[in-house]
Formats: sequence, C-alpha cells, structure tokens
Amino acid sequence: MTPQIVTLTVNSRTHQVALGAHITLLRALRDLGYTDVKNGCEKGDCGACAVLLDGKAVNSCLVLAWQADGAQINTNAGLGTQENPHPLQVAFADHGAVQCGYCTSGAIIAAHALLEANPAPTETEIRQALSGNLCRCTGYGQITEAVQAAAAVMQKVKGG
Amino acid sequence: MKRYTAKPLPPVNLPELRQVGKPLRRVDALGKALGTTSYAGDFTMPHMLHAKAFRSTEPHARIRRLDIQRARAFPGVVCVLTASDLPDGKLASDMPGQTGQKRRSGSDVQILAAEIVRYVGEPIALVVAETIEAAEQALELIEIEYEILPGVFDPLEAMKPGAPTVYEPDNIVARWKFRRGDVETGMTAADLVITNQFKMPFVEHAYLEPEAGLAWVDEQGVINIRVCTQVVEHFRSIARALNVPQNRIRIRGTMVGGGFGGKEDITVEILLAVAARHTNRPVQMVYTREESFSAQSKRHPFVITHRTGVTRSGRITAAEIALIADSGAYPYLSPYVLLYAAGMATGPYRIDNVRIDAAAVATNQTFTSAFRGFGGPQACFAYEQQMDAIAQQLGMDPLDFRRINYLQTGDKTASGQVIESAAWLEETASRALEALGEKTPDHDAVKIGWGFSSYFQSYGRITWLHDTSRAWVGLEVDGTVVIRCGTPDLGAGQVNSLAQITAEILGVPLENVTVYSTDSAVTPLAGTSTATRQLYMSGNAISMAASEIRRVLLERAQKLFEEDLDNLDIADSRVFVKDRPEHSIPLADLAAMCAAEGLELHNLAQFNAPFSEPIDPETGQGRIWPDFTFGSMAVEVAVDTETGEVDILKSIACHDVGRAINPDSCRGQIAGGSLQGLGYAVMEEFKLHNGHIMTPSLSEYLIPTSLDFNPTEVIMLESGSGVGPFGAKGIGEPALTPAAAAVANAVADAIGVRIHEIPLTPERVLAALEKVAAR
Repeated sequence: MTPQIVTLTVNSRTHQVALGAHITLLRALRDLGYTDVKNGCEKGDCGACAVLLDGKAVNSCLVLAWQADGAQINTNAGLGTQENPHPLQVAFADHGAVQCGYCTSGAIIAAHALLEANPAPTETEIRQALSGNLCRCTGYGQITEAVQAAAAVMQKVKGG
Repeated sequence: MKRYTAKPLPPVNLPELRQVGKPLRRVDALGKALGTTSYAGDFTMPHMLHAKAFRSTEPHARIRRLDIQRARAFPGVVCVLTASDLPDGKLASDMPGQTGQKRRSGSDVQILAAEIVRYVGEPIALVVAETIEAAEQALELIEIEYEILPGVFDPLEAMKPGAPTVYEPDNIVARWKFRRGDVETGMTAADLVITNQFKMPFVEHAYLEPEAGLAWVDEQGVINIRVCTQVVEHFRSIARALNVPQNRIRIRGTMVGGGFGGKEDITVEILLAVAARHTNRPVQMVYTREESFSAQSKRHPFVITHRTGVTRSGRITAAEIALIADSGAYPYLSPYVLLYAAGMATGPYRIDNVRIDAAAVATNQTFTSAFRGFGGPQACFAYEQQMDAIAQQLGMDPLDFRRINYLQTGDKTASGQVIESAAWLEETASRALEALGEKTPDHDAVKIGWGFSSYFQSYGRITWLHDTSRAWVGLEVDGTVVIRCGTPDLGAGQVNSLAQITAEILGVPLENVTVYSTDSAVTPLAGTSTATRQLYMSGNAISMAASEIRRVLLERAQKLFEEDLDNLDIADSRVFVKDRPEHSIPLADLAAMCAAEGLELHNLAQFNAPFSEPIDPETGQGRIWPDFTFGSMAVEVAVDTETGEVDILKSIACHDVGRAINPDSCRGQIAGGSLQGLGYAVMEEFKLHNGHIMTPSLSEYLIPTSLDFNPTEVIMLESGSGVGPFGAKGIGEPALTPAAAAVANAVADAIGVRIHEIPLTPERVLAALEKVAAR
C-alpha cells in the first residue's frame, strides 16, 4: 500500500511522517529517534517496547503506526530529565531495579499506567501489572520495591 | 527435614568504609531509568546500510547450489556476500594453546558457510542493502539447494563408532581427566556404593537485548565496530580472520542489554566488519529475537553419572564421575565449560579418591558455549541430588551428612588445588534452611517439600591463561576523577564497582567519578566480562591505580601539614589531618598544587592473576582457578500431584560474597541469578527435534515473569576472605548455580521420588508419581 502521512505526537512533539501500512509504531518511534523504546521480540512477548498510547500502556510492536495517527504517545524518556526525573525513574535507580536497563523503559511505562489507575497498589497488583515486562536480570523483587517506593512518593506529592 | 539453626560465623575483620559496602545509586542507574542510555542497536550514521544474514534451514547438509543473482539485482541491495568473498573466512573457535588440547581441523567457525552447514541458523550469505525492507526481501530471493547429510543429534549417539561425523575424525571435541587417590580402594572401604545419572537440557540466555551493532571504516582506515559484547578483545580474532593488522580493528563496546555468557563469543561484529570493509559505508546489523535464538550459543546439555562410595557413618570414600556435554555444531568454549564442570564435579566435598572422565561431543545442533555458571550449575544439579540421594539411603539428615564431608579451608579439590579462602558451606546452608521458617502444611493433592543445595564455584579465569587487567585513573585539577578501563558493563554493575572503589580510595563522592569503558582502542584493556572476573581483576587494578594517586596526594599533603602519612586521610573531597580534622585542604586545591609542581595525578595499573602451569593432562592435578565462592540455597516447593505442577513457594539464597562493594547491586546479582536458576529448574528448555528448533522465540521458550515465583530472599555473608578488592569474592555466576539442585531436592522431598532430569515439568512429575504408584 502507498505510504500515508501519519501524525504522531510523541512526548509533546508532533511529527508528520509518511509511513507504509506495515510499519509498526515501534519501528516508527525508533526511526524518529525515540530509542528508549526497545525492540526485544517484535511480537508482544517481552514488553520492552511499551509506550503510553493516549494514556494506555501498549506494546508498540503490536500497534501499527497508522493506528496511532493523531494519538498522544508518551515514552519513558519523556517522563523525566536528568535534572527533574520522574519519581518512578528515581525509584528504579535507587532500589536496584535497574541492571542491564534494556527492559527498564518498558517496565516504567507499565508501572506508570498502573499508578495512574491505582495509586496505591499491593505487591501482587504490581507483579500482575508488570507480568508482561520480561526482565532477565533482577529477579523482579527490586522492581516491585521500586514501584512501591515511587507510589509512596507520588501519593505524598499529590496529598501535600 | 528437621528445623535448623544458623551456625555461628567465625570472627572476621571488615573495617567500616565510607563508600564501599554502601548501597549507593549506581553510576549507570539513572541514565538507564531515564531511557537516555544508548545501546548497540540505537546508533545510526549517515549513509548507513543494513545487513541481514541468510541462514541454513538444515542441520547438516552440503550446499549443492547457491544462487544470489536475483537477490543481488533487487533494488536497494548493495551487495550479497558469500564464502567466496572471504578467502580466509574462518574464526578460530577453540583455543588449543590455552586448553592444552589439540586443535581440530575443520572445527573452526565459518564466517559464512562454504560447502557444509552443520546447524540450523548457520549463516550462509550476507545481504547488505539501503533499507531493512530491501535486505529482508532480498533474503527471499536467494536460491539454495541442499544435499541432506545424515545428522547426529544426541551426544551419546555421536560417540558411537560409525555415527555421522560433524567434522573429522570423530565427534569428540574435548576430554578432561581427573585422577586422585585410588578409587578402587575407596570403593572397597565403602559400606554403600550409590549410582545415579542426571540430565540437563539446552538453555537459552534470553537477554532482553538481541545482538546488535554498527560498523564503519574511519579516516585512518580503521574498522570501527560498535557492538554489545562481553569481550572487546575480539578485535584480535576479527583482525586475524580478515587478515588485517590488529591495530586496524577497534571495538567500541556499549552498555550491554544482558549478556550471561551469550555475548562472550563473537556475534554480529564479524559480519559487520566484513560488510563495512566491503562496502566502505557504515553498516548496521540487529538480530531478530528468532535469530538471536538460532544463531547464538546455548547452555550445554549434560549427562552426568555419579558413582559414590560412602561409609555407614556418612564419610564419602570415593567418587567416580562421568560427564558428557553436547557442544553442538562447533566447539566454541566447550573445552573450557567441560573443564569447569569436571573440575567442580565432586561438589564442595572432601573426597580423597576421585576419578572423573569428561567429554564434550559435537552434534548437528545449535552450538553451546558460555552461559552464567559455565558448567557449574550442571555439575551442581548432579552432585547435590547425589548428596541427597546418599543421605536418604544412609537415613541421615541431608545437612548432617553434608557437614561430615564439606570442604574446609586448607582442603583440596579434585585437581589437588588447596582452598585458600573461607569455605562457608554449613554457615550458608544452615542460614538458608533456618530462613525457610515454618513448613507450609500439605493440602489436598498438593504436597510440600523442602530442599537445599550447597556449591562451590570458581571466580576469575583459569590460572594458566595468565589473566591480566589494566585500569587508568586520573585526578582532574578541580578534584573530579576520570577512569579509563576496558571493562564491558553487562548490567551487573561492573563499571559502578570501579567507580565506587575509586571514590573510596580517593575520598570523593561517587558522582564526581566519570567512567569511560569498553573501548579496545582508548580504554586500557581490562579483559573479558566473563568468568566472574571483572570485580576481582579490574577491581584490583583500579585499586592499584587509585592507591598510587592517593600516595602522591598524601605525600604532598605530608609536606604541607608536616604530619605523619598515617595521620592523613581523604574524605568528602578534602585532605585532612586525622586527629585534627580542622587542618584540611580541599582536594581540588591540593590537586592543583600537585599539577603545578608536575606531580603525576594519573596512573595506569596492571593486575596479574596468579599464574600457574597447565594441569597434568593424565591426572588433572594442579591449580586451575584463583579462588572459589561458596554458598547455599534452600527452597520450599508445592507439588500438585494431580497436575504435576511445581510451584516454588519460598527460596532463600545465602552466599558468602567476601565483601559486597555495593550491597544493592550484589543483592540484585543474587536475586536475578536465583530466578534464572529457578527457571532452569522448572520451566526452561531450548528444544530441538532432529536439529530443528522447536522453541524459536519467547512465545515458545518461556522465561520466568514477575508472577511465576516469589522473589528469592537474599542473605549475604561477608567473610572478607576473597582475592578481590577489600576481600571481595565473585558472585555474578555463582548466584545461579545452586538453584536447580535445591528445587529438585525439594520436589523429591515432596513426592518421595527423585526426578533426575530438568526441567521439572508437569509431565516428568506425573511420570515419576506413576512410577511410585506402580511400586
């Protein structure tokens, strides 16, 4: 099929790009330079490519770029900066939840979506929410702890 | 099993330090959490091309016809390379000079297969194109005709006379022998002789980052290769394979998205080097997940047979052990992996009469090579089940039986190597068991079992490889620190350890240390991130370099303050007099003073591991490793006797890490290694059928998710007795080693019958239960 112009708003920047029908959102985002969106399997097994699509966590390898036309997309790198990191990013860094780091952006996106819906999740709820994000390094315990710690910080910020 | 209480620890001398031993935020952590860290597949360049490999679909075949004309003519294709483009197209995969074994003709790895393919996934042609799509479509246009050759898919079959040969003259890739004492005498002295055989499968590393890289030829004619690798020193093998000088290949490693041994062998870098040289343009190559599964190494399947003599009082009198490993289609590191498994096959037990025979055998299957533990977990799965089986036959408690035989400092291993550091076996086992707490009661068809295992595992490379590591430290005149060290960081905190040790020695905050690493041209070569060697080797090298700068600083401060050297210290970026801390100078001021006077505030240090002669080829006697890590793991399992499913309710890992440089990082190694081990025990098997892969992706090959098991509880002990910096031992690989045996022992405890093969799938559990029922 001939390429069509697709409008993708990523981390508040708007891009108009000509894309073929077969191009996945994962591929489109990486080609635009959003390399924090990782390719781990290209079939929805690993969660490394998770992004927020209109606020909902999706595996970007399972979404065609055309389907994301006009949508708001947030990647992990858009959540915070060196100077002003997101509480989840701080917690992941401080609780040993980051080892090789390849799954980290996807895991933070999944955690972010969870905390939006459920600001004070139990350990089980966190493990369920992150069960689509494979990690081969940490054993998951420190990731769960980081999400709990970030939830506490975010609650405090909201409450205060 | 009874209740256990922790054995008291011997006194240790571990001085409190300011930064080492503290759970500081790792220097690499925030960048990864922010998503700003670049990985090998993230780099692009102007005019970059894309490479894709055309791979064998047959496990053993002669290439009758290979037609690349249509692929070459496809729009966007720049070239299609085959073996005919590579006159010396081989990579030496075994290292005979290092293992002391003979080099095998025909067993070198083919960069691109010339006449014969030996496994499914072996690269045959390389398409280089303007876009990924063009490269992928061109792959479909390559025509190939195979003459199918008889294959061999089982190492036991491959050893038989008349078996199809993977390469001449036979399929034996390597052998090792260990002879100690007199096994016949030992067996005669035994009251009981117990024989069991254990089997383990192929296992996939399944790091989240598939292999990737980018290569280009720079203005000096140097081939630069940016790649995720555990070994930047592969620049040498690549230079040899391409017949170019070694100073014309530069490996620029990246943060590695998980390695676990799978990125220890050469992956994309050789194909990239070939393509960049041929096209004179930058070339990117990124493996798909399926390619990562088929084209890279696996953990060795082993068949291990133990015959053990033991007295009624529980003393082991002799051990006869046979190990057969499946090396797959090429040797790669099989000779070494076999040595590790064989050299540690007795387990951490004092046995005076030992006979060990080990062979690695080629088959037409995915090649096997390094995987976290390097033969150690396979050996442990066998020896620790054997120990439980013996204890059961003797009617003894499994820990009581082991404690009679556990190695102690000063004892000798099967190769006669003396254990020099602390051997905390009962200390770790009793703690892990104690932490299991109350046993969960059986309910309905669900039976609860407890099991544990103890292990010893080397850290540091084989001592006759004469291992070295170099590290450079420099103090800037503003008091900040730069490290240059070749260490590849696999995510285990390799780089952070260097920074944290340097920060401790130079008295600066960790955030004032910047590390440049993993570049074969500009960072001093630190050796491989393998063999659990980086903290030991580069940690010692960086300590030497930083200590030299500290010496220069303190000697200058000595003149300034007119104080004894012993009375001076550095902390929080100030140099001060210990008993009068108000007498101090900012480190930056002292650094500027030294710089103005021409004093050297930089140092390149080289640490040499102990060097030894190779072991005797007939008896295996001699030193093999620098030192060992010891530990234990205990688990509680629930076995559903109706479905056969094994659930791991609790797991406790207790290891003596010597000294934890960063406790959070160290705990992460243990927790993550334990989970890989639990997956090995009950879930993971890379399955092949007649050489064809049945588990080609993460859809079929399942690794543990966050929901599969409760996280492992970690108990870290610190004996301070290791040969690493500050008494550290190595923990990266050892963390995985005891898990599978502990689970198998717990399952045997739960259902009353031992299963000798992993993974402990529902099918195997049900089959074992039927056997009991039929008795």
